[in-house]
Amino acid sequence: MKHHLPGALCVALAVAFPGAAFAATPAAPAADLKQLREQLRELRESYEQRIQALEKRLADTEQQATRAVSSAAAAGTTASAAVQSVVKAEARAAEAQATADSVASRPTSASAFNPAVSLIIDSKFTRLQRDPSAYRIDGFMPSGGEVGPPRKGFSLGESELAFSANVDHLFRGNARFALAEDDGAGVVEVEEVNVETLAMPAGLKLKAGRFLSGVGYINQQHPHEWDFSDAPLAYKAFFGYRLQNDGVQVRWVAPTELFMEFGAEVAGGDKYPGAERKANGAGLWTAFAHVGGDIGDSSAWQLGLSHVRANPRERGFEDNGVSNAFSGRSQTWIADFVYKWAPNGNSRERYLKVQGEYLQRRESGELSYNLDADGVAEAASAARFRQSGSYLQAVYQFMPHWRLGVRGDWLRSGTADLGTLDPTGLPILAAYNPTRQTAMVDWSPSEFSRLRLQFARDKSRNGESDNQVWLQYIMSLGAHGAHKF
Amino acid sequence: MLSKLILRLAALLFALAALPASAALNVLATVPEWAALAREIGADKVNVIAATNALQDPHRIDAKPSLIARARSSQLVVANGAELEIGWLPMVLRESGNAAIQPGQPGYFEAASAVRLREVPTRLDRADGDVHAGGNPHIQTDPRNILTVAQALAARLALVDPANAEAYKANLARFSDRWKTAMARWELVAAPLRGVPVWVQHRSFPYMSDWLGLKELGALEPKAGVEPGSAHLAGILERQKVTPARMILRPAYTRASASEWLGERAHIPVVVLPFTVGGSPEAGDLFGLFDETIRRLLAGLK
Repeated sequence: MKHHLPGALCVALAVAFPGAAFAATPAAPAADLKQLREQLRELRESYEQRIQALEKRLADTEQQATRAVSSAAAAGTTASAAVQSVVKAEARAAEAQATADSVASRPTSASAFNPAVSLIIDSKFTRLQRDPSAYRIDGFMPSGGEVGPPRKGFSLGESELAFSANVDHLFRGNARFALAEDDGAGVVEVEEVNVETLAMPAGLKLKAGRFLSGVGYINQQHPHEWDFSDAPLAYKAFFGYRLQNDGVQVRWVAPTELFMEFGAEVAGGDKYPGAERKANGAGLWTAFAHVGGDIGDSSAWQLGLSHVRANPRERGFEDNGVSNAFSGRSQTWIADFVYKWAPNGNSRERYLKVQGEYLQRRESGELSYNLDADGVAEAASAARFRQSGSYLQAVYQFMPHWRLGVRGDWLRSGTADLGTLDPTGLPILAAYNPTRQTAMVDWSPSEFSRLRLQFARDKSRNGESDNQVWLQYIMSLGAHGAHKF
Repeated sequence: MLSKLILRLAALLFALAALPASAALNVLATVPEWAALAREIGADKVNVIAATNALQDPHRIDAKPSLIARARSSQLVVANGAELEIGWLPMVLRESGNAAIQPGQPGYFEAASAVRLREVPTRLDRADGDVHAGGNPHIQTDPRNILTVAQALAARLALVDPANAEAYKANLARFSDRWKTAMARWELVAAPLRGVPVWVQHRSFPYMSDWLGLKELGALEPKAGVEPGSAHLAGILERQKVTPARMILRPAYTRASASEWLGERAHIPVVVLPFTVGGSPEAGDLFGLFDETIRRLLAGLK
């Protein structure tokens, strides 16, 4: 293009001014033509100069741009080198930090072997329709445990203080104390103090001391692990809210793909359904089996069957201001199930947990009515009882940190054969089927804290319905061990 | 009656205990990446089961009956360690009653013990969220760590199962060669990622960022394990205007909402990384995991 430009311009000019060119021709053809040629030549030279200047400027700019690009690239290289060296320096700093930390965090010998300590604080605010101090479960002999709701208004619940550590290569020790207040006086209850084996062959485990029995499902859970603020009615009526043993437990897990666990316990049986003993030997025996597994990635299940047997002697209870006692044999069967579902097994977002248990108890022996201070009864007779209870509950986490739950409780006082005794003297054993419906919502900002609101309609007392509102917090401090399934 | 029951139980116990164990070494790995590595090193000599899948949050797993049963019949547990499984593995191990796989025994292996951990907290306080006292446990995102762990794991397999020690050694050598070649390839391909600024959803990738030279500007989670609120995300959006990141990295198992919110407003892509074996259909094994991770990162750069 550039070489044709001057010529093209000349042609264009010649075409643009044809009149000028041809008008002058007749008057002075030679001189004019010469002048015109001269002008055209000048014009062409001037254009060529300007075009050359323009071309030079363009080339210069191009060169400058190239130089800028290359210097920019060089700058980039320097920058990335700088980043690299910073990264390296950071890495070295981190390494130095890690070394320093590992040296610093290496515990001193005195505290290095301290057991893991965990403290659970639990406080409640309740609004109750009925007086909790007069709480009873009609149709059932009182179990003597802490079965009623806490007092009205604000109450300091039980704080749990737990310690655990390996003792040596063979044993592990656990201790758990409940700190509470009773009538203004501080009370420390020993919930669990036991030793379990670590290195028994063939999958066997022994536990000795005070422990929560392995029967049923909810029995082994500590109150802070419950999905509701209080225990199922059936556990309250049959075990004084949970079966706690002083004795020995043996457990064995089968080496199979399906989870199968078998266990048995021998215990003193000083607590309900046993009674305080003065004899040598054991007063309570249990046997239990659990099986469990997965259904795909999303679901897990567990089924259990347990048996508890006790031989209580002089198991006393108060009814309507009269002291009575039962001696004989007590046998309880428990069937339990739990099912958990979470999408892909990821319980972070949503999950569902359904659990239920059915308990049946048969007791036969001698019932003594109206004992005096020396333990002499006004009347006594052979007596038989066959009672049952169950609960079913579902908890659904509908979004992270938030859960909803519902629970139903049913008890059946069943058959109560009092023999020759007058049933009107034992009003608590009159036939009655207590029920309770519970709903709760809780919020857990982290796995260490939980706030819960619970509503319940408790018909444990014959003819009296108790509407309850519970507000509760559960906070976990310190080392927090993993929970059971 | 009860003594009879106990006798029957005991009889069943011994009958089951006498069953012949399968020939292959049973390995229970807590997370898919270490299960994959155990398969690479153990090959036909081991029978590997992963306790979790890639879409589960490894911090939050139940001590399920199936896991206890598998721990019971395992000769080796391959855990990640660094407290990743603290919420469930100690319970599974204790409940299993299997003395051979308790911590401190040769049958208990922690991958993190072979690696120098990053982000070791200088103070321990639960107010800082889900803090891991030992340091950041997500070591598998750096292939150099995989190689180190592979060496330690091969040594451990040889210790637990001396009869097949030679096989483990040979498998390790083969794996190391393939892995080093693959690493050279990944590093070459991933060169454009060097110095690229990114946001991360959870502090899941410090090891990968170190390897690839990615520049993490910060995490969307205000504290480890705590979901970000809108005010916190708005703050990050402000920071994004001053120091713009090129993309947001999120492991497959985490919630999408926060990173998508930020990605939409900042007009930067959210890159979902498989994070572990099985986290995406392409991440079928360890090689696939890194192929796919780098492919997605490079795609996020465009």
